[in-house]
Amino acid sequence: MKPTQLMIRYGELSTKGKNINFFIDRLGRNVKNALEGSYPNVEISWFRDRMYVELNDEPSDEVVERLQDIFGIQTISPVLQVEKTLEAAKEGAIEIVRPFVEEAKSFKINTKRADHDFEYDTMELNRSLGSAVATTFPNFDVKMKDPDLTVRTEVRADGIYLSVETIQAAGGLPVGTAGKGMLMLSGGIDSPVAGYLSMKRGIDVEAVHFASPPYTSPKALQKAKDLTAKLARYSGQVPFIEVPFTEIQEQIKKNIPEGYIMTVTRRMMLRLTDLIREQRGGLAIMNGESLGQVASQTLESMLAINEVTATPILRPLVAMDKTEIVEIAQKIDTYELSILPFEDCCTIFTPPRPKTKPNLEKVIEYEKALDVEGLIEQAMAGLKIENIGPDSIQNQVDEELFEGLL
Amino acid sequence: MIYFDNSATTKIADSVLETYKKVSETYFGNPSSLHHLGDLSTQLLQQSRLQIANTLGVKAEEIYFTSGGTEGDNWVIKGTAIEKARFGKHIITTSVEHPAVYESMKQLEMLGWEVTYLPVNQEGVIAVEDLKNAIREDTVLVSIIAVNNEVGSLQPLEEICALLKNYPNIHFHVDAVQALGLIDLPLGGNSRIDFAVFSGHKFKAPRGIGFIYAKEGRQLAPLLTGGGQEKNKRSGTENLPAIAAMSRAVRLVFEEVDQKKSHLRNLQKKLRAYLETKEKVTIFSPKDHAPHILCFGIDGVRGEVTVHALEEKDIYISTTSACSSRALDVDSSTLHAMGVPKNVAETANRVSFSAENTEEEVEKFMEKFDEILHQFEVINS
Repeated sequence: MKPTQLMIRYGELSTKGKNINFFIDRLGRNVKNALEGSYPNVEISWFRDRMYVELNDEPSDEVVERLQDIFGIQTISPVLQVEKTLEAAKEGAIEIVRPFVEEAKSFKINTKRADHDFEYDTMELNRSLGSAVATTFPNFDVKMKDPDLTVRTEVRADGIYLSVETIQAAGGLPVGTAGKGMLMLSGGIDSPVAGYLSMKRGIDVEAVHFASPPYTSPKALQKAKDLTAKLARYSGQVPFIEVPFTEIQEQIKKNIPEGYIMTVTRRMMLRLTDLIREQRGGLAIMNGESLGQVASQTLESMLAINEVTATPILRPLVAMDKTEIVEIAQKIDTYELSILPFEDCCTIFTPPRPKTKPNLEKVIEYEKALDVEGLIEQAMAGLKIENIGPDSIQNQVDEELFEGLL
Repeated sequence: MIYFDNSATTKIADSVLETYKKVSETYFGNPSSLHHLGDLSTQLLQQSRLQIANTLGVKAEEIYFTSGGTEGDNWVIKGTAIEKARFGKHIITTSVEHPAVYESMKQLEMLGWEVTYLPVNQEGVIAVEDLKNAIREDTVLVSIIAVNNEVGSLQPLEEICALLKNYPNIHFHVDAVQALGLIDLPLGGNSRIDFAVFSGHKFKAPRGIGFIYAKEGRQLAPLLTGGGQEKNKRSGTENLPAIAAMSRAVRLVFEEVDQKKSHLRNLQKKLRAYLETKEKVTIFSPKDHAPHILCFGIDGVRGEVTVHALEEKDIYISTTSACSSRALDVDSSTLHAMGVPKNVAETANRVSFSAENTEEEVEKFMEKFDEILHQFEVINS
């Protein structure tokens, strides 16, 4: 017997007071979006305290795995629904613990009766189910205090519900409940992690990527898109906005003193990202800066770069060590992609020793050599926007290309 | 022409040759090149690897391309030796290995390694008990041939796997050059086999290409260092036409694989039944063995003479293995290990079928074999 449904518990959502319906509705839609395509038979229903996914024979393991990536879900329990008879409940209890008897040594039965008309009371049920399980698995002992396994049994009007597992999920807030934000996504290790953490707090993330062909390669662009696809697992899909940046970088290289190239480049990026944000109704900008990591990430640099906008710039990694960032990158499966060695717009034209403490007045003075408005207008006219879903990893092979060959 | 020497090498399949040609013409870019042509080649390389992995039920990351069986065996044995020398310098293998394994062991012995060569019974099969007794604290590798190339005997891989589950640190290598599509070889998942070596030209792929399966997590030092191809484990520009062709050949091997196996068994059964009626013929292959090989000899006639006599009738077989048949190094042969006296072993011939061989060919062979038996009788009497 396989689980018939999944029970989903909300995390922080439960504390949202009057707003709670807005959060749960959003979570429900996110869950639906995530499952609909691959598991068309599931039925999802959500209530104030729990959400239920009727599996209708879709594979429980796979659906659980998918749900573990959805922010707003605290835990998931596979549930077995059986007929409302004692025999069915016994059989169900035995089957549901069967996969765990090798590892777990002790168990208890914990019964709740929502339907008080059922002929057995909780004590009787605990005892009958407990002895059925203990007889079937002689090495499996009943233990009331701290058992390895708790079989939760709920008697409801339409049947008896049994579950043993509580699987941890991603927690956080449903993506979209905090509004929209623009993620500056280079292709390094940090920015995807910043995107992930922003999503975790409910931000609907859109990725902004600066491309400078031929200085940056098509592979670097593809890598950024592939990273975006990884992030799309957590939200269904992520718009990817490619900004043509070649002309701007060439002009900067030509007109700005070497030590200030990096600062001015970042200012141009921020100006552009802010304009895109405005166009697309975003409320914030996110990036992968971590304090002190590289030259652009000193407080002096941040001050000089940030000066171009008053929009909130969120830096989820600001206080993290590199090792902590790498750990998350590995967890969300972006690390391997991130370390592919393609030059991106942040590494080309950078001098060996950029100013770590740029002077804002000097920056403003040097920038006068550029036609900032003209350059920005030109770049904004050339934006390319596409929606990237979790399955659009393109580094994979185009199988059709080799059809008939292998 | 009747070609019964498929364990020596097979004729490349037409469609496989087509793939070789098309890839040579169309996807000639070096996979390491940064441009579009390089990308295409990389994709084809990945796709070829994936297809082989899927066919074998393993992960794409567990397949490494080599130049063939000899390189594969050398790599797994010496690569393990380099990787694991600090844990011990003892290896266990059998006395019926292919020279690619045997000579690698000899080389390691010269470098101070100890090698135990397990004896075989008269069917060419080791006793798992012997293996168990041979395992020591410092054993780092067990290397066993799956299908013997001379007589076709099968080693008890399942029992060996079960035994080695108790020794998780020992590398278990299987020389599977004669095994693809001919016996069930458990790879991937929970299988205890860590490494398996395959050679393309034994299954209708081109020469000079092969692959090894290396279980995820098992460490193997590279023998060929250089440009870092194959995840830095086997440098050298990828032989893409041959790789793609081999990927196709692997797929073809597993098309209707059960029918092919039973067809081979039928051919072999037919020939064995015929040879059993001949007073002057000794059959060396054991009864339950690989479906495609039959080893036998005509009493008093050196194997080489039989090969040439049949050759005159446009039938091609070999003495024992093609690799050792020129050297006539009988002392290290499988038959010697099986306890066959030297003068008898020298009569040995090997017929090895491919699925394309037909019953008619076997009948024709029997007809011609009658003729040469008669010829030898006349001379000997």
